[in-house]
Amino acid sequence: MSLLANTSALLGKELRTEFRSRELLTTTIVFILIVLVLFSFAFNPTSDESRQFASGLLWLALLFASSLMLQPCFLREQNNDTLSALRLSVSDPFAIFLAKLAANTLFLLLAELLLLPLFAVMYNVPVVPVLHWLLLVFFLASLGISIAGTALSAISAQARMRELLLPLLLLPLLTPILVVSAEVTRSLLDREPFVRWKGIGFIGVFDVVFLTALWLFGEYLLEE
Amino acid sequence: MTPPAFSPVGLRLENIDKRYGRLLALRGVSLTIAAGECVVFAGRNGSGKTTLLRIVSQLVRPSRGTLTFSGSGAPGGGESNAIRPGFVAHATMVYDELTAEENLLLFARLQEIAQPEKRVETLLHDVGLSERRGSLVRTFSRGMRQRAAIARALLHEPAVLLLDEPATGLDPQGVTWLAEAIRRLRDSGRTILMSLHGESEISQLGTRAIRLDAGSIAADTRTGATFRSILTFADA
Repeated sequence: MSLLANTSALLGKELRTEFRSRELLTTTIVFILIVLVLFSFAFNPTSDESRQFASGLLWLALLFASSLMLQPCFLREQNNDTLSALRLSVSDPFAIFLAKLAANTLFLLLAELLLLPLFAVMYNVPVVPVLHWLLLVFFLASLGISIAGTALSAISAQARMRELLLPLLLLPLLTPILVVSAEVTRSLLDREPFVRWKGIGFIGVFDVVFLTALWLFGEYLLEE
Repeated sequence: MTPPAFSPVGLRLENIDKRYGRLLALRGVSLTIAAGECVVFAGRNGSGKTTLLRIVSQLVRPSRGTLTFSGSGAPGGGESNAIRPGFVAHATMVYDELTAEENLLLFARLQEIAQPEKRVETLLHDVGLSERRGSLVRTFSRGMRQRAAIARALLHEPAVLLLDEPATGLDPQGVTWLAEAIRRLRDSGRTILMSLHGESEISQLGTRAIRLDAGSIAADTRTGATFRSILTFADA
């Protein structure tokens, strides 16, 4: 019960501070937007080409943006040593991770939802008929990115090369999510859309495995 | 300050070592602090004061040795390490993007304090922040931030209070307010451990002074002349 209560209090704090500063959301949305626009200028895709590679571009943009977004996740807890205050206050340190990864997932999903219509127009791909499936993929993949990213953000925040370390650790680790999410999205944007259940299952398993690892070992990531 | 709702707690450190890589920050520190003592830790930068306080706060695990709290306030009335001291660090440990009230309510809820709104109200009044309760902490002066930090540390009525260089960055008025606040906390029976640099209004509140040197205890006294020499790094 206290885990849920602590997580909910901390999630409230994460959302309140972000919606007050809007730092992460603005940066993430602008970054994804720039990448999508630059790609569309560089390739000038026809509809058939778009169906082939647009999903890959979308997930690449999301992945790079998430590495930007996840960077300050634990770094900003160091400004006033608030991480120590949290560690002294919560009964289960997993609540700190749960709240942060829930907030990161929400921010990523929000950015994806805001940019999806633009992506559909720029790359001339029909997203409305498969919107519910796309949302499922976005949710599962964003959760996976957030779980791994939150854990690595806690590690990199204590390192010397903290700004460089997170992307170096995160991007290789998330390669399976990138490849599978892009494949599943491509099949959904096909002329005859179909659902790759194996891909969706893989992302789900990725989420469960990393969440379990975080639950088991998260406490050690916060130690000084 | 509000009347205390805690029982006295003392603590014992036995053979504490703390190693960060190759650096031995603390070496074989053994110390018994009675309930209600107000101990001032002095020493040069890097002598191990902060590490020692962070070990007592249980934010840092010692590489070797044990920490035990004892007294009627410890669980079961005996010895325990399940005590949660209040900790005021060099940093404020509160969020700049939240108001003073939001900060205190957040930490009160995390600590599952009964009637958090009432407790926060009382503390805001005690530290003189009632009128600025709705202001973001980032708009506060250093002195006001320190008041918020002390209020956060006192939320759960800790029997043991740790203060790591609490006067850093405060103007003379701020130091006077802080000294008065610590005096009240000491007189309420709390065990207080604080690290300080040199003599000040605050150091005079100490009932015992300990000098750390290169991670070891170099001097430990409760008497006048030696007490002063410990704080000023002079030879006793």
